[in-house]
Amino acid sequence: MEYSEKVMEHFTHPHNVGKIDDADGVGEVGNAKCGDIMKMYLKIDNGIITDVKFNTYGCASAIATSSIATDMIKGQPVSEALKLTNKAVVEALDGLPAVKIHCSVLAEQAIKAAVRDYYDKNGIEYDEAEFHFNEEHHH
Amino acid sequence: MKVYADNAATTKISKTALDAMMPCYTEIYGNPSSLHQVGQEAFHAVRDAREMMAKCLNCDTDELYFTSGGSESDNWAIKGAAHLMAKKGKKHIISSKFEHHAVLHTLNALEKEGFEITLLDVYENGLVKVEDVKNAIREDTALVTVMYANNEIGTVQPIREIGAVCREKGVLFHTDAVQAVGHIPVDVKADNIDMMSLSGHKFHGPKGIGALYCKKGIRLPNLIEGGAQERNRRAGTENVPAIVGMAAALKEACDNMEENTKKLVAMREQLINGILKIDASRINGDRDHRLPGNVSACFEGVEGESLLLYLDLAGISASSGSACTSGSLDPSHVLLAIGLPHEVAHGSLRLSICEENTPEQMDYIIEQLPPIINRLRDMSPLWERIQNERK
Repeated sequence: MEYSEKVMEHFTHPHNVGKIDDADGVGEVGNAKCGDIMKMYLKIDNGIITDVKFNTYGCASAIATSSIATDMIKGQPVSEALKLTNKAVVEALDGLPAVKIHCSVLAEQAIKAAVRDYYDKNGIEYDEAEFHFNEEHHH
Repeated sequence: MKVYADNAATTKISKTALDAMMPCYTEIYGNPSSLHQVGQEAFHAVRDAREMMAKCLNCDTDELYFTSGGSESDNWAIKGAAHLMAKKGKKHIISSKFEHHAVLHTLNALEKEGFEITLLDVYENGLVKVEDVKNAIREDTALVTVMYANNEIGTVQPIREIGAVCREKGVLFHTDAVQAVGHIPVDVKADNIDMMSLSGHKFHGPKGIGALYCKKGIRLPNLIEGGAQERNRRAGTENVPAIVGMAAALKEACDNMEENTKKLVAMREQLINGILKIDASRINGDRDHRLPGNVSACFEGVEGESLLLYLDLAGISASSGSACTSGSLDPSHVLLAIGLPHEVAHGSLRLSICEENTPEQMDYIIEQLPPIINRLRDMSPLWERIQNERK
């Protein structure tokens, strides 16, 4: 197994690490038993993700995917963030080892969970289909 | 600072071993089976190496077979003994829950052939109970195979006592001694061992070479068929340089064992004491019955692979039994066998040191660990949860 330089760069210097105390949406996915938990915090203004932070417990690829996924949705409209796929995350990292693909799925799910939380808190109606995960997290 | 602390994975070849090997590539390059002088020189080199190793292990030269390594030796001994005893209607094998995969996967294969496998508990301290072995032996038990020392948590099993029980009951006894040979005293006669696997690269010898000790009188069927090498028991042209290197490394390890052990135990305890100062940390496995160079720890709220890679960036080579380093979704079967919950087992770190390490390097590890663990815990939702539960 080998990590791409991009994965190592995001693992060693992860972007957007932290919490947002007054977050508009928070999503947590994964579980301790499987060895990875991702928690995303979103600050949303006028439908735009103005700030995003993450906390992740997991391996190097879990941290790297959290870092790059948060980069990819920062400044984007919520509707765009919902379109982020795990595949796009993997590509942005110049690939992940096969056994680590589930980490990218986790990142996609964490963002969707945070957006859903934002919708729920604000009474915004949504289509369940938008929260359909592109690939089941195989844990 | 660079610190190699993964000696249980593999070791650096010793200068003594390398010096012994070099002439086998440049001058003594013959085939030991050839009758000409060049071949005979190689034949003598293998013979001398075998004598040297037999002396270290307290066995006869004709009880020692060179193999490609620990895995082959385990496969040969276990499959061979199983098939040998099956002819007498004995199809039950006893082993432990935390054996190396070379043993466990071999047992899985035998189970599919119709053998019945009993895996003994290793308890919280990582030690097999002799009583349990005694109670598990049945009329149809073909073999008991228990590792000498565990590769991950370093616990040393009561091999001599288990061997005595097997002798008393007339059951064959094999031990995977890959982590023990060259590190702690191993005496196949005094330890009541019938078959024993060992591997050269675990004690500063070369990779791709190992041996199986098989007590006289046990007619193991062959695993590798072919030429008449190893007294017709293991085919294939001898890897002369590796055999010579392994023997030199073993002799050196055994000659210096007492001195090395003193040094290693002091460094090991230094590391353990430093690690236990870290909040929510634990040492895995019995504190007394453990290899001189093994430290196995768990840090709650931290994932092992991340820890391992941050340590690597600090120049420290270690290993972990987390799921992410095992290539599966489950953490190491060893840590689960000693009863650790998954989430604790994911945060494991193994530091395995050798006599080339220094107390200064141990200080360096102890200095580097806390900031790395804090950094990972600061971004860990699991650690946040653990902290909230504590309140």
